[in-house]
Amino acid sequence: MADAEWKPKIIGLLCNWCSYAGADLAGGGRIQYPPDVRVVRVMCTGRLDQLFVLKAFADGADGVLVSGCHFGDCHYLEGNYKGAKRMFMVKRLMKSIGLDDRRFRMTFVSASEGAKWATVITDVVKTVKELGPSPITESGK
Amino acid sequence: MAEKKKAGSKKMEVKKEAPVKQEAKKQAAPAPKQAPAKAAPTTGSKEQPRIGVFICHCGTNIAGSLDITAVQDYAKTLPNVAYVDNYKYVCSMPGQEVIMKAIREQKLTGTVVAACSPRLHEPTFRTATKEGGLNPFRFEMANIREQNSWVHMHDREGATAKAKDAVRIAVAKASLLQDLFPKTVPVEHAALVVGAGVAGMQAALDLSAAGIKTYLVESKPTIGGKMSQLDKTFPTLDCSQCILTPKMVDVGRSPNIELMTYSEVEAVEGYIGNFDVTIRKKAHGVLTMAEADARGIVGGGCNGCGDCEAPCPVIKPNDFEMGMKPRKAIYISHPQVVPLLYTIDFDSCIKCGLCITACGEKKAIDLEQKDELVKIKVGTAVLAIGYDLFPIEKKTEWGYKKFENVVTSLEFERLICASGPTSGHLVRPSDGETPKRVAFVLCAGSRDNTGIGKPYCSRFCCMYSLKHAHQIYEKIPGVQSYLFYMDIRSFGKMYEEFYYRIQDEGAKFIRGRVANILEDPVTKNLHVYTDDTLLNRPVDMEVDLVVLAAAVQPSEDTNRTRKLFGVSCSMDGWLLEAHPKLNPCGTTTAGVFLAGACQGPKDIPDAVASAEGAASAASIPIHKGEVELEPYFAMCIEEKCAGCGMCVNLCPYSALALVEKDGRTVMEVTEAKCKGCGTCGGFCPGGAIWMNHFATPQIVAQIDAFLLGGEQ
Repeated sequence: MADAEWKPKIIGLLCNWCSYAGADLAGGGRIQYPPDVRVVRVMCTGRLDQLFVLKAFADGADGVLVSGCHFGDCHYLEGNYKGAKRMFMVKRLMKSIGLDDRRFRMTFVSASEGAKWATVITDVVKTVKELGPSPITESGK
Repeated sequence: MAEKKKAGSKKMEVKKEAPVKQEAKKQAAPAPKQAPAKAAPTTGSKEQPRIGVFICHCGTNIAGSLDITAVQDYAKTLPNVAYVDNYKYVCSMPGQEVIMKAIREQKLTGTVVAACSPRLHEPTFRTATKEGGLNPFRFEMANIREQNSWVHMHDREGATAKAKDAVRIAVAKASLLQDLFPKTVPVEHAALVVGAGVAGMQAALDLSAAGIKTYLVESKPTIGGKMSQLDKTFPTLDCSQCILTPKMVDVGRSPNIELMTYSEVEAVEGYIGNFDVTIRKKAHGVLTMAEADARGIVGGGCNGCGDCEAPCPVIKPNDFEMGMKPRKAIYISHPQVVPLLYTIDFDSCIKCGLCITACGEKKAIDLEQKDELVKIKVGTAVLAIGYDLFPIEKKTEWGYKKFENVVTSLEFERLICASGPTSGHLVRPSDGETPKRVAFVLCAGSRDNTGIGKPYCSRFCCMYSLKHAHQIYEKIPGVQSYLFYMDIRSFGKMYEEFYYRIQDEGAKFIRGRVANILEDPVTKNLHVYTDDTLLNRPVDMEVDLVVLAAAVQPSEDTNRTRKLFGVSCSMDGWLLEAHPKLNPCGTTTAGVFLAGACQGPKDIPDAVASAEGAASAASIPIHKGEVELEPYFAMCIEEKCAGCGMCVNLCPYSALALVEKDGRTVMEVTEAKCKGCGTCGGFCPGGAIWMNHFATPQIVAQIDAFLLGGEQ
């Protein structure tokens, strides 16, 4: 019963109107995906400070997913554009400190895309598993 | 392993304490402003939080896929948790009682329910929290059903671990929640209905009957929609115009309905109760009597006499007649139009002025008329923008637009309608002969996963094809009809009986999707090829006319309209309801409702029923006179605000402004305008913006709780 498989710590920051609803729809449809992503709900991806993502990595997250509405579909007109802009900045910051930016992903999943949500999660988990534990936790041990 | 776990949880306790305390300190700053004296229900903000956790089995929906006892035992170890319980259905009345009792007896300061999605039951548990004696915004939900047990049904261990984390994250947030008080705003005593087909008309009539001023906006020059193009309706065989025209007249006459035809919604601002809508009234080029009056033309304006039409030299196909009949540049679509007002199609008008001469003293024609922008204020809105036929020529194998004698169902309706281009004589377009053999191709583009058609069932084509078969038997002695079908879906009241009746009348049913249609170049007859999947043999049927029951799709204007009103759409592009079962008329935008086939294919009874539902839902806030807005406003922590104004530019609703206060420039929020998106709060470089219920310390606490706490 040795330590079985390594379980990545991935946090998902989702907007209430599109991606969280899409994730709920995947549930209603019983579309199965890996259980490794923990979700925090906000009203809009525009609410997300890039520091939240960096904080998550500093806390030892192996992966971070930010997911909102498709461009043009934001419940608040344009919050997702502003969220996305900040999140692209996160990617650049990650690169600059040598943290593999594939650990962070921003996706756009609408309220009707339950199946897409499952695909996104499956892919995010696969990527993070391939990358292994975050170097931040590794070095902090 | 067990020892290891214990050690882990101890470690967690140590690690956990720090961030929570730290965040609590941060949070203290705006608290005095946040919680007015009248708030303080059972607890002061200085007290150590006492959180109650309630875990729902949801029958076996949750309990069947994860270990409730393990989650409950784990919840007891979490900081700030004072009470943990579980119940088979927490949303039930006794389940809610468990919450209320615990709040009172355990002196809880916050509640966490681990159950389904907050998008489903947050209001339910907020009410229970409130009735227990706490502010309803002291409640937080952990979604362990939609986003856990249902999607990890075969991974009990994974699902249980995820549920523990979800509870921990929720407790972390609940520990920092504050009392919030929804803002009540007045509701404008008026409603907007977009689209004046049968659903929009019904919604407008109902709203107006309820005493509500209703603006009915229609992009075409006349109301009536697709139903006015139909000859008869199934299964009762009512003449469509006969039952629709009186309704159209009612709409035109109702004093509470302001009919705006040939108009489009151009911009929408505001929120439930107070939508500011800009409508573009396109230039008719023709003055109504009222408009003529306003210009001082006594006794002038269009009375629908039609004198202008005859001399007009421009000839265009009439869309209402599916292009099978001509119209002039100045026209009405059909004799029953409401309002009875001629319209100039300025795209084809050559401005020769012959119509002006013919109109004479009425002086109704103004070739220089310009579009007009009208601003209205409404409390709620109903979208009833209908559907379009799928462009069936994309399915090239059936030869539509290539072979003259292949027509669509809507063309058939006009061809067999007494007021249509052939005065009700069904003829072949190629030679004007009466067809003796007619093939109806069902599911033409529907239930089609090839990527060219539509994957869904268009729902009413089976029934109108049966009706078409009946209509030809009525009109053409000795005619033979063939219905090529995949399944016959006669799902409504008296529909199945209608199906049997058409069978008895002699219609032949051949089960098989039509593979190909080819034309005999000499006779223009058509060969329909398929496999009869019941008799298991190939079919080559020679017929005189083919009618394609084309799939339906969202109307052209759907995407533009939904973006104006902030409504989501389904994968197929139909407007999306808030909940398919429990809120079928509502949308995720408060105050915006859906009626008719803009939501998905609907036949007339269903469209009218949904319109009545939407009208009723839209009238509730108007009659109530006020609505509560969720109190997720942004707030400025003035001590921290540097007055940089970055947030002012970010706000999509112009809710923020810089003001002078005590000799300093600080930001100020207009609460009624703020919708709580948090775009400002996500950016503020000084951390001076406090987003109610989604405050930075609360979000950080959730992130920390997941990553720093828990079983390592």
